[in-house]
Amino acid sequence: MVRTSSRTTERIDVRKTYKLYVGGSFPRSESGRSYAVTDARGRFWANASHASRKDARDAVTAARSAFGGWSARPAYNRGQVVYRIAEVLEDRRDQFEAELRAAEGATAAKARAQVDASVDRLVWYAGWADKLAQVTGGANPVAGPYFNHTAPEPSGVVAVVAPTSPLLGLVSVVAPVIVTGNTAVVIASEPYPLTSITLAEVMATSDVPGGVVNVLTGPQAEIAPWLASHMDVNGIDLTGVGDVELGRNLEIEAAENLKRVRRPGVEDLLATPALDRMTTFQEHKTVWHPMGL
Amino acid sequence: MTLLSSAGSFTDATSSDASLHRFLHGLPGVDQVGVEQRAAGLGTRSIKTSAKEFAIDLAIRMVDLTTLEGSDTPGKVRALASKAMRPDPADQTCPPVAAVCVYPDMVPFAKETLGASGVRVASVATAFPSGRAARDVKLADVNDAVDAGADEIDMVIDRGAFLAGRYLEVYEEIAAVREACARPDGRSAHLKVIFETGELQTYDNVRRASWLAMLAGGHFIKTSTGKVQPAATLPVTLVMLEAVRDFREATGQMVGVKPAGGIRSTKDAIKYLVMVNETCGPDWLDPDWFRFGASTLLNDLLMQRTKMTTGRYSGPDYFTLD
Amino acid sequence: MANDPFDYAPAPESRSVVDIKSSYGLFINGEFVAGGGKSFKTISPSTEEVLSEVAEADADDVDKAVKAARRAYSRVWSRMSGAERGKYLFRIARIIQERAREIAVLESIDNGKPIKESRDVDIPTAAAHFFYYAGWADKLEHAGFGPDPQSLGVAGQVIPWNFPFLMLAWKIAPALATGNTVVLKPAETTPLTALLFAEICQQADLPPGVVNIVTGAGTTGQALVSHEDVDKVAFTGSTAVGRAIARAVAGSRKKVTLELGGKAANIVFDDAPIDQAIEGIVTGIFFNQGHVCCAGSRLLVQESVAEEVLERLKRRMGTLRVGDPLDKNTDVGAINSDRQLQRIRELADVGEAEGAGRWSPTCDLPDHGFWFPPTIFTGVSQAHRIAREEIFGPVLSVLTFRTPKEAVEKANNTPYGLSAGIWSDKGSRTLWMAGQLRAGVVWSNTFNKFDPASPFGGYKESGYGREGGRHGLEGYLKGGQ
Repeated sequence: MVRTSSRTTERIDVRKTYKLYVGGSFPRSESGRSYAVTDARGRFWANASHASRKDARDAVTAARSAFGGWSARPAYNRGQVVYRIAEVLEDRRDQFEAELRAAEGATAAKARAQVDASVDRLVWYAGWADKLAQVTGGANPVAGPYFNHTAPEPSGVVAVVAPTSPLLGLVSVVAPVIVTGNTAVVIASEPYPLTSITLAEVMATSDVPGGVVNVLTGPQAEIAPWLASHMDVNGIDLTGVGDVELGRNLEIEAAENLKRVRRPGVEDLLATPALDRMTTFQEHKTVWHPMGL
Repeated sequence: MTLLSSAGSFTDATSSDASLHRFLHGLPGVDQVGVEQRAAGLGTRSIKTSAKEFAIDLAIRMVDLTTLEGSDTPGKVRALASKAMRPDPADQTCPPVAAVCVYPDMVPFAKETLGASGVRVASVATAFPSGRAARDVKLADVNDAVDAGADEIDMVIDRGAFLAGRYLEVYEEIAAVREACARPDGRSAHLKVIFETGELQTYDNVRRASWLAMLAGGHFIKTSTGKVQPAATLPVTLVMLEAVRDFREATGQMVGVKPAGGIRSTKDAIKYLVMVNETCGPDWLDPDWFRFGASTLLNDLLMQRTKMTTGRYSGPDYFTLD
Repeated sequence: MANDPFDYAPAPESRSVVDIKSSYGLFINGEFVAGGGKSFKTISPSTEEVLSEVAEADADDVDKAVKAARRAYSRVWSRMSGAERGKYLFRIARIIQERAREIAVLESIDNGKPIKESRDVDIPTAAAHFFYYAGWADKLEHAGFGPDPQSLGVAGQVIPWNFPFLMLAWKIAPALATGNTVVLKPAETTPLTALLFAEICQQADLPPGVVNIVTGAGTTGQALVSHEDVDKVAFTGSTAVGRAIARAVAGSRKKVTLELGGKAANIVFDDAPIDQAIEGIVTGIFFNQGHVCCAGSRLLVQESVAEEVLERLKRRMGTLRVGDPLDKNTDVGAINSDRQLQRIRELADVGEAEGAGRWSPTCDLPDHGFWFPPTIFTGVSQAHRIAREEIFGPVLSVLTFRTPKEAVEKANNTPYGLSAGIWSDKGSRTLWMAGQLRAGVVWSNTFNKFDPASPFGGYKESGYGREGGRHGLEGYLKGGQ
């Protein structure tokens, strides 16, 4: 929570330590490093963990080990979990509005709109869990005595470079990745990392299994290349990459094992999304089976 | 699928590798989803009051109290044997368990403590748990245990041979072990055949292994060594119970079933008993025909037993560790 | 299992979780109101105890309910965004989950079905149904019914007594998700969980008039479906009533979906996974006392294994526990009403008179209430009435076949076409069979499975339209009528 001035009260605040979110726990960076984060007025707020390549590696390991269980869950159950994130976020909306105002200097109305949109976005994606296959999959009328059916499946572990907006931005890129059964390693907003970690606390208390979402804070230029080149990562979402050169280099790295790539660039986050954030990280499997006596 | 009609041809079935293969692969398939759903459904039975008291005492009487560790010592085995005879020293009405299950070299110490108490000594053998040894070595292992006074032999099948489809080899080995169970006095140690179902993986394999072991003369079929995960599960045991039920239907002979490994709570044990009751019927609700291979299960049964009489939940401090 | 030493002690689910009022009014415009005067009693079919006195809605009451629904439609519900409508449905789903035990117990008391079923099937599936359709409310443009799908208006919905709460969910969830408002009539023998649902709507702060519940019998239902301001009629029940509804709406603009009777074939081949097939036969016909429109009431078994299948089936039937619906170990509960019991008895007697072999396991039936033992008839042919008419009870007719084609012919030789089952380990033949069967749902190596994501509905005289899944939206959207 944003600190209140300790000068006007006798009580000294107990400050929260902002750490990483990996495998369902909140570890500090193994590097022992951190970086100072200031609020909109330039005052010191807290030290955020400065994640290292080893933290990124550990996060991928956590995401991989969570993938089997998460992707095997019934879609209905994944939908309920994502919906649960929305419930808990709604419950803590005051905290997030305050954090957004403090961090970005957003007006009350704008902060409220961001929180509203974040909750609604989660609900929207939650509903897709057991419907996307009904929209993107189906029976194929092949010419021959075959049952032929196509259904989507998650790609696997997806690395995500989140956009600057620490709440709506993070929700908008993570929810579509996980609701379909992928697991995610996210590099949070570099300038506003703290709200993303607070959001990780929401996920940690929303029945999201450990390792399904992993949140790293720190410089994207330092961490992202390790994820882009990681051979056990199946996809990478570069939405939050601002630097054109960095984006191109990450794509080149990602080409090594043909990661599914979403290119840099942020859409209007307040508008209802299209399906592409989900379908980018989906495989489609077609099954043939003869029909005969 | 026509098991009953093929009852007469069992001797033909084991006459060659090819015919045994045909027979085992002609058994009806097991649908994984269906059998798991049935087992889960039986698991929702609610066993209360008098039925629960009956089930807890029955389960205690069915326990093969087991220690199979490299660190086992005569002292450890003696302590376990004492516990087997009097699981709850504070309550004389508590029945003894069925058997103590140990490695062959520990049989004399178990035997010495148990004496004529009626609690039997079971010994694992045949290069337990992997079964990877020459047949002579396996048989020598069995002879050792039988000579030392083991009442029951828990052998492991050669999973490698089974999975490679060399069924006759597995059959002959079980038959040979069964012969080695014979004692000079003309009686025979009871043979339990362990499949290591966690390695067989499919329920079709479990059903085939069950029939193979029954045809070869096993007295009991047993799920697991406890050294491989998953060990005993409800659906695996259900497939085995269906096999012994069908075997009796076809031959008139009863074979026992022993799930082992991973059964830790009274709640689990009762689920197994419900499954026995509703699959094979009450004839199998007896330590002669159903056993639990377990170590920690016993204390939970004792705690629940105490809860039934005192109305209070008990704690582990009130029961012996062995 | 009379001589069983392991005699399960009674394990009754507590009734204290439910609070049944001595009388109930109608739920119109968000509140409970007295009806036009008349009322009827609802009883517990397992004990014949009178549970409550429920208002019987007359034509005026129905008119008030439709007006309330119309008002809610035009002023609130049709103007609300899909996302906001969805949130109400999510709320309802959550409240159902929260009050699951209470609803389950009440359902078992009023309907007679085993608590095991209401607890493990009906109520969780109902909650899931709301959850599923909640998610569609803001995604209708993706559903494949055009870029801007439109709601119809007021839906008049009439549901049966076999799955009172689940059928309510099947009806109300897609209607609300697509932006319609609802007047729903539960069956006269099982009104209580629908009235509890009215309370759930209140807890969810659902805008008044979006859901209205009118209780009553056939005349109430008739008044509802023939009301001129109803835009949509959704009915689940008998084929006879379904036919009458189709006639009644002729010449109107009402969109209609009908989910009617069935006489499903459950086909067992000689290579079936036999123990699971036996379970599937039992589930197919004895689940919910056979009060299931898609019940596998005709067992078609390949001749070469008929004897063995029957033997195993009988042995399995011997372990079915018939009795107190609230006992957690009960497998088969009470027949829902005296009237239904008479109907089952009559058809069973006809089966015997026509020469089929009747068999039931020995089971002690309670002295009070409506009970019928699990029963099978062997030696049944296609010409027998028990092979043609829907019995809607725990009665299985066993027929045999020799070839897959013969199985298909026999399975399809019925005016119904709701469901079918196929038991075999040969995938190619199963899919071929599935292609040949004239039925809306075909289960293979399973039976009586339901899921919100999966469409359900019939061919031929089993009705038209689909409930569940993406397809379930279509019946509540403009176009096609």
